[in-house]
Order: sequence, then C-alpha cells, then structure tokens
Amino acid sequence: MNSDSDQVQDTVISSPENTGEEIASSCILEMRGISKQFPGVLALDNVDFDLRRGEVHILFGENGAGKSTLINVIAGTFSPDKGTVRYDGRDLSHLTPHRARVMGISPVFQEFSLIPNLTVEENLFLGREISRAGYLRKGVMSARAAEVIEMLGFDLDPKKRVSSLSRAHQQMVEIAKALLADVRLLILDEPTASLTENETYKLFELIGRLKANGVGIIYVSHRMREIKEIGDRITVLRDGRKIETCNAADVGENELVELMTGRKIDVLFPKIDHKPTRKLLEINNLTLANHVVDDVSIYARAGEITGIAGLVGCGKSELVRAVYGLETIEEGEIVIKGERILHPRPDISLKKGACYFPSDRVAEGLALERPIRENASMAALDLADFSWMRILKKLNERKLIQGIVDRLKLRPPNIERPVGNLSGGNRQKVMLARGLTRETDVFLFDEPTVGIDVGAKVEVYELMKELVGKGAAIILVSSELPEVLHLSNRLYVMHRSKLVAELTGDEINEQAVLSCFFQDDEAKSNAGE
Amino acid sequence: MVNNNLASGHLHQKEVNQLVRAISAMGLLPIMLVVLIAALSIFEPRFLGIFNILNVLRETSFLAILAAGQMLVLIVGGFDLSVGAVVALSSTVTATVMANLLGIMPDDVGLVIFAGVAAGIGCGVAVGLVNGLCVAFLRVSPFMVTLGTLSITAGIALLLTNGIPVYGMPKVFVKSFGRALWLGLPTTVYVALALVIMVWVIQRYTVLGRYIYAIGGNLQASLVSGVSTKTYLVMAYTMCGALAAITGVLLTARVGSGQATLGGNIVMLQSIAAAVIAGVSLRGGIGRVELVTLGALFLSIVTNGMNLVRIDSKIQTIVLGIIVIIAVALEEYGNRRKIRE
Repeated sequence: MNSDSDQVQDTVISSPENTGEEIASSCILEMRGISKQFPGVLALDNVDFDLRRGEVHILFGENGAGKSTLINVIAGTFSPDKGTVRYDGRDLSHLTPHRARVMGISPVFQEFSLIPNLTVEENLFLGREISRAGYLRKGVMSARAAEVIEMLGFDLDPKKRVSSLSRAHQQMVEIAKALLADVRLLILDEPTASLTENETYKLFELIGRLKANGVGIIYVSHRMREIKEIGDRITVLRDGRKIETCNAADVGENELVELMTGRKIDVLFPKIDHKPTRKLLEINNLTLANHVVDDVSIYARAGEITGIAGLVGCGKSELVRAVYGLETIEEGEIVIKGERILHPRPDISLKKGACYFPSDRVAEGLALERPIRENASMAALDLADFSWMRILKKLNERKLIQGIVDRLKLRPPNIERPVGNLSGGNRQKVMLARGLTRETDVFLFDEPTVGIDVGAKVEVYELMKELVGKGAAIILVSSELPEVLHLSNRLYVMHRSKLVAELTGDEINEQAVLSCFFQDDEAKSNAGE
Repeated sequence: MVNNNLASGHLHQKEVNQLVRAISAMGLLPIMLVVLIAALSIFEPRFLGIFNILNVLRETSFLAILAAGQMLVLIVGGFDLSVGAVVALSSTVTATVMANLLGIMPDDVGLVIFAGVAAGIGCGVAVGLVNGLCVAFLRVSPFMVTLGTLSITAGIALLLTNGIPVYGMPKVFVKSFGRALWLGLPTTVYVALALVIMVWVIQRYTVLGRYIYAIGGNLQASLVSGVSTKTYLVMAYTMCGALAAITGVLLTARVGSGQATLGGNIVMLQSIAAAVIAGVSLRGGIGRVELVTLGALFLSIVTNGMNLVRIDSKIQTIVLGIIVIIAVALEEYGNRRKIRE
C-alpha cells in the first residue's frame, strides 16, 4: 500500500453496499431524535442528522449550540440519552472511542488528543501501535508516518516532540492522526482555527480527495468563506435544537447568521460610538519568557474598543494576560495610565484600575461552590466599602453586589446561589460584576462570549458599549472574527507571536484580517529561500 | 526566529535565560553528580575506600529498584506512598515463610527460598494491585489510596511479627546471596542492573511503556485514542509494588532477618526524591529509568558523604527534604520557560 488515499479507496470499495436498503446506503450516518442531558443543560434536544457518502456536511452554530456534543456522540465519547444512530446500515449502540475508530470514524477535535511529551510519529500511532509480541516496530511505524505526512503535504518533522510544536503544527498532527487509519467518516472541528491560508488550502485539497473516495465529512466552522468553498449541506444548531438543514448553495451569509442567532445581524452587534481620548494602557516591545509573544507593542485608549484578532494560539490572549502578571515577561514594558509597572501582578493591576476577564471562567474565573456574592466581591475585599481592618462588612457587601447584579440583569437575581448552578451567560455576568466592584477603567476581555447564549452575548456587548460611553478603555481579544470586526474601533492582528497589522476604519473587514495571516506566510517562505 | 532581538539590550538577562534553558534541557543531575564525587574524593579520603564504594553501590541498588517503580507510577501521573511499607511487609513475609518452611522441610533449601521470595514479591504485587484498582476504578486520588495502603501494609507487617525481627532463614540465602560478592561486586548490584535494564526495555521498546507515557501525558487523549487506560494504570502500580517488594527481599537477605522496621517513610521519600532529581515530572508523562538510576546514585552518595563526615541522621532527613523541594522547584521553573517554535 503506497499512500493513504489508496487505502481509503480500498475501504470504500470493500464497504458492504449489498444490504438491499438502497436509500439508506447513500447515507453513511443517520441519527434520529438524539437527546443528551448534562447537569443543568439539555445539550441536544431531539436532533436529527444525516451524512451522505462523499459529502461535506457543515455543522453551524454558536458556541454552546450543541455542535461539539453532537460530534462527541458520533465519535463515541458520549452516549446519547435518547435516539438512534445508524452507521453504514447498522444500528449503533454502546459506541466507545475505540470502537468508533475501528469502524472508520475519525474525529479531529479542537482540544487535541495528543500526548505532549511523545513525538509526532508516536502520537500518530497512539492506540494502534504496530507491534510484535508487545515490542514496538519503530522502523515500520516511522516509514508509515513519513508516508502519511508526505501525502498530506504538511511541513512536519515526525521526530519532534508535540510539546515543542506550535498550535498550527499540533493541528496538523491531529489531522494526520485521523487519516492514518481507514477513514469512512471524518469529523473536523474548526480545523482551520489555527492554520494559515496556505495550510488551509492544502487541507481543502485533501478534503476534495477524500470526498472523491466516498468519505463522509462533518465539518464544524464559523468562517463563511470556508462554508461556501467546501460545504455541500449545512445543518444549523441553536440551543441544542436543529434549526434547519439546507444546501450550501441556497443560503446567503446573512441568512445563516440569522438562523444561527435567531436575530438580525444588526441587532446582534450594537452600534458603538467610539470617542478615543488618552492612552490608558500601553504595552511596549513585550516579549514573554516562552516567546509566545514576541516584541509586540500596542496601546488602548479611553473611549474605544481595541480589538485583537488572530488564529487560535497566536499569542493574543497571552499578551493581555501579561498585563495582569499571569505570564512571565522576558522584556518590554507595561504602562498603565502613564505609570510603568515593573513587575505586573493582578492586585497591582486591579489597584491601577485594570481588570482581566479570563476566557476559561471555570479554571481561572470562578469558585463554583461559592455563592455569586462572594465571587463578585472577591477582587474588592480590600476596599473600604467591603471591609474595615480586615473585617468584612457583609451587609454593605450584599447591598453593593445586589446593585451590580441587578444592573447586569442576572436572572434569577438571588446572589446567594452557588455559581456552579449558573449557565455560561450568567457566569460571565458574575465575572463582569467582579470588574464593576472597583473603579475599573481598563477592561481586558479574553474571549468574552465563549460558551454563552445569544441573549447573554447581546447583553455583554451592550455592557461594553455602556462602559466605552463612560470613558473606559476596552481591549477585546477574540477568535470569533465577526465579534472583533463589528465591535472594534481599532483592530490589531497577531500571527505566530508577532503583531502583523493595525487596522482602523474601513480597513477592518474579514478579507483584510485573513490576508494578514497569508502575507506573513509568504514573507516567511520568501525569507527562507 | 527566537534569537532575532538578541542584539538589543538586556544581554545579561538573555544569557541567564539561555543558561537556564540549556541546563533544563540536559538536566542538572550529571553536573551535580560529578561535582559531588569530586568534592568528596578531595575532602574525604575514606570515600574512595573499596569498602565504602561497595557500600555506596549496594545502597544505590536498593534505591534504584525502588525508585524505578516509583518512577513508573509518577509517569502515569500518580505517586505511591506505600513503597516503604511494602518493603517492610515483603521483608517480614519472606523471612516468616522461609523460617516456617525450613522447619518443615529442612532439606529442600531451594524450594524454601523460592517460596519465601515468591511470597514476599506476591505481597508487593497485591498491594500494588489494590493501589492501581482503587486509582483506576474507584477514582480515588493516588495520594489518599496509597496513604491508606501505607497504613494497612505497615500495620500487617507489625502484626505478623509483633515488631520482633524474624530469624531462621536458610543460611545460603543470607551468606551466599545477601551478603556475597560476585566478581567483586555485591549481588544486589546485578539484580538492580537486570531490573533497571528490564524497565529500560519496557520504556523504550514496548507498547506497555508507550502507553504508560501516554496516560501520564494526557489521560483523556489516551482514552480517546483507544488506549485501555485503566489496565495500564493498574499495571504501573502493580509493577511499582513488585519492585518495592523485590527491594524488601534483597534487604532481608542482606540484613539476615525479616524486620517490620526496614523501609519506612524515609525510603519512600528517597524513592520520590531520586525520581524527581532525575527529571521525572510530578505532572506525569516524563521520566527515564537510566536517569533515575543516576538520581539514586546521587542520593546514596549524599547520604554516604553525610555519614562519613558524621552528620546526625536527624539532620540528614532535613537535608533530604530540602533536596526534594529544590528539585521540584527547578522543574517548575524550567517548565515556565520552555519555548515553543
């Protein structure tokens, strides 16, 4: 067997199509009435989904709409509470990740299933090593790994450790891993989120070849251009329910966004009146110890939203985290309101009026077992409003936090409930409440709308508008392009640890941002020659 | 790309960073080992005495076996507090079985020794199995599980013997094995070497070794990749228990009696220290047995050196504690400064 595409072809040819069910056999996967309940959320609610051989079926929806739950059900990670799954003409139940892989279902998740301290080729073969009597046949595996990487046209060194690779390269390893075995159903969950245009192009070529070989592909993406380019059909999910399945050729961009959000696009993003005045935050020539941010300078002015766009893993989030002292700085300076902060720490930044809102609210934001009140006041207990001589003023605390929570329209407004019982949107509001307990005028938002529903999203945007109107400086870091495109007055673009562009006014559009990644790629390959 | 702005100022800071990275890549251990041996050779003439060297090698062997087991458990992202107690239990069980069987069949010395050793190692396997099953299936934290089995195991060892040493093992076992020299080296050195090579082969060349790394590196990813994670977790703990029990058997042969006071918590801490000094990550996924053996050598020489210059054993435990903490802190520091391309 010379290349993977041969193998794929073999598989498809040998697949059983003599079952007599002519209509069913055109679909490799049929799901009927799938429901999945998680504590507190109904992640999937009676969803139907089918996938034909040789088609690219796009899953479209906001974060938290149920896309990842659905693909996890298909990949065998979760079993559905209700509903039936037919794969290749057979009923599936008790699917495990291992069985799914054996049957030719290959998922490429956004959270990588890679082992950081193993090499690329060791990761490719994880779980299906070629061995003889328990001993690894390393030579055979090396040769096969090299073959697959060559076939994919990825620039990967099979002997390198995964932990030393950039996110884009890890993404390539993940894709190569999925294509190592016989694939009949490929799941790609935002595979291009960290790839450059060039790499994306190679991936699409590959998808074309797989389609021709009859592989069914489920493709999760937010990017309109990709959806138009490779999608055959689109299924839109919202709040765990299937809204519609349509042909990609038949729907327009705005129509899709409306289906996804249930609102008109101009209602989703508020019109913000930016009136930039003085610089409140300056980051000059910042380089982090791990070089995830390399020589970046930006500033944020009062009265405007400064966006930072970039692929996943480009260092944009680390940049603002450094202001808060959460990353080790190698060199560069951070200036808040004209005062240089030599050794940034969260408490220093808070006192200076800068507050950071982490993207991972569970890991870095909230104490889930504790009530809303304690979570909201956590960063302000040193203020005279909340304590006197280290003794808490609980009555005052309750009054102040209740006021803020009402202002943020947190529902239900009972501030004694544990945060763990709240939905994503409400959790984000508790985080925001924490920022509002102090005199804060520099807001550092890191992916503020990840995992929250549309209603809460609009409220977060409205709050940003209100804050900017009152003269706050907002830095908005987001991987969701529409968000930064619509909300920013000035937009920085980061790529591979570097700042590659600063866009203002009409320059802020999807084409301009995406081409920043491309230019850099070209420049690099030119420099390399 | 990384070195682009080397030319611009702050050279000092950069050099320090580069040095830190170079050292964390290679490991401090070989350097420290050379410095330590050189210093002791110069300042303490007794260190290079043949008797002392044999002593150091013997101690290293015991510790290396124990630490190799501990390393396997650390790599899967756990740790094993019960190894010291397993040493004590296997010692008392080995001695008790041998002494009793020798009374029944005084002529079958070979069989008596075999049964004793098997019983001793069996105890370790059993404790390891319990540890592994609890961690893998009951999902109890390794800390609590092994703390519990430590208490249970140590209790059984004391109960078996009432704290009194058990004598009456076959003389051959002690004289021709435990205290013997083969080709001028203590027998334990050969056993340790064989076991270390075995673990090395497992780590480098077998599916088992690969999965142990994978599970510690990312449990969820291994599961999703179709690795039967529970099986391999149990195997890692079981191997650790078995290796600890073998250490117990070797110590018993050396001492000449089964004692519930062999092993203990100092030994457990030493096994973790030897592994951590050798760069085994407490987060799992990283660790090589050849380096752990060097770690064991390092610790044994430190202990030996302190004995030679008559440092109080109470102070020695303080030093051990400090070494462990420094080693872990260095690992963390190195982690934070790792560069991605």
